[in-house]
Amino acid sequence: MVFGRSKRGGTTAPAEPVTLKILVAGGFGVGKTTLVGSVSEIKPLRTEELLTEASLPVDSLKGVEAKSTTTVAMDFGRITINDGLVLYLFGTPGQDRFWFLWDELATGALGAVVLADTRRLENSFAAIDYFERRGIPFTVAVNCFDDAERYPAETIREALDLDGAIPVMLCDARVRESARDVLISVVEHAMRNAARAPADM
Amino acid sequence: MTDRWFDEAAGPVVRPYAMTRGRTRSGAKDAQLDLIALVIAEKAGEPEPDGATGSGLLPEEEDKLLADHSLVPEHLDIVALCRSAPLSVAEVAAELDLPVGVVRVLIGDLVEAELVRVTRPVPPAELPDESILREVINGLRAL
Repeated sequence: MVFGRSKRGGTTAPAEPVTLKILVAGGFGVGKTTLVGSVSEIKPLRTEELLTEASLPVDSLKGVEAKSTTTVAMDFGRITINDGLVLYLFGTPGQDRFWFLWDELATGALGAVVLADTRRLENSFAAIDYFERRGIPFTVAVNCFDDAERYPAETIREALDLDGAIPVMLCDARVRESARDVLISVVEHAMRNAARAPADM
Repeated sequence: MTDRWFDEAAGPVVRPYAMTRGRTRSGAKDAQLDLIALVIAEKAGEPEPDGATGSGLLPEEEDKLLADHSLVPEHLDIVALCRSAPLSVAEVAAELDLPVGVVRVLIGDLVEAELVRVTRPVPPAELPDESILREVINGLRAL
């Protein structure tokens, strides 16, 4: 027997949609906002959060007591799957070294895309480490820039020392179908992880 | 020296939080609002009374709320934004061009004032509901 979720107050309230989020991370200029924009139904919006420097791993300037803040910005898009289900995509602007301090962004994420550029593969290390450590399922998507040399996905997997279960794929972040396939890969990977993990984990 | 530190010269750090009267946390219980929590106006869907403003309140109701300084105009902007359709916390912040932290406090006030309610996104531990994930995959395939 299936019970619906009971609703507080009022019987005519419309059903509340379920919202999910997928993060898009990677180095500077790797095409995160492009990827978000190519599948989003809205022009990517920007949201900002002020983080106090108390939480930042920077050298302390002794004697300087003024507390200042760093702004962390996120570009995000939306895909309405249906009336009851909305998927949000959050891209992390790469010039900001501190996006990963915005831990709550990753909390509750369905999964993540790590966008990589074969010319600057090392720029994706931080994001890979971050998601590995938190057990957030992710797909590595190599954005195939026109002037970058192509490598097979398996070569990239080796170069990044990735677990065999982590999907690695080539994509073109500008192309809607390509970006969509990357997202499908993330959700399928999350589903496999869920099936494998014991329920009490 | 001090004559240089008026208004914007003092830097942008404090200003956004002025509209929360310096609060960086909402007073509302359990108000650590996720970016994708949806904000739903309590009066959403109800026909607006004659002469109501975008927030669904009558001008005199708005004046009353603003007059006791418990609310600022941005509070009513949020109610107005969420009246036509539920919006995520991130979307509200982007629309109002305010930091997420500020918007969270304002939304917390509105929850306490019972002008909006907020959905709780599925907690990560419960997330792998296969039927939902399948729905997402099918929806993406249809794009």
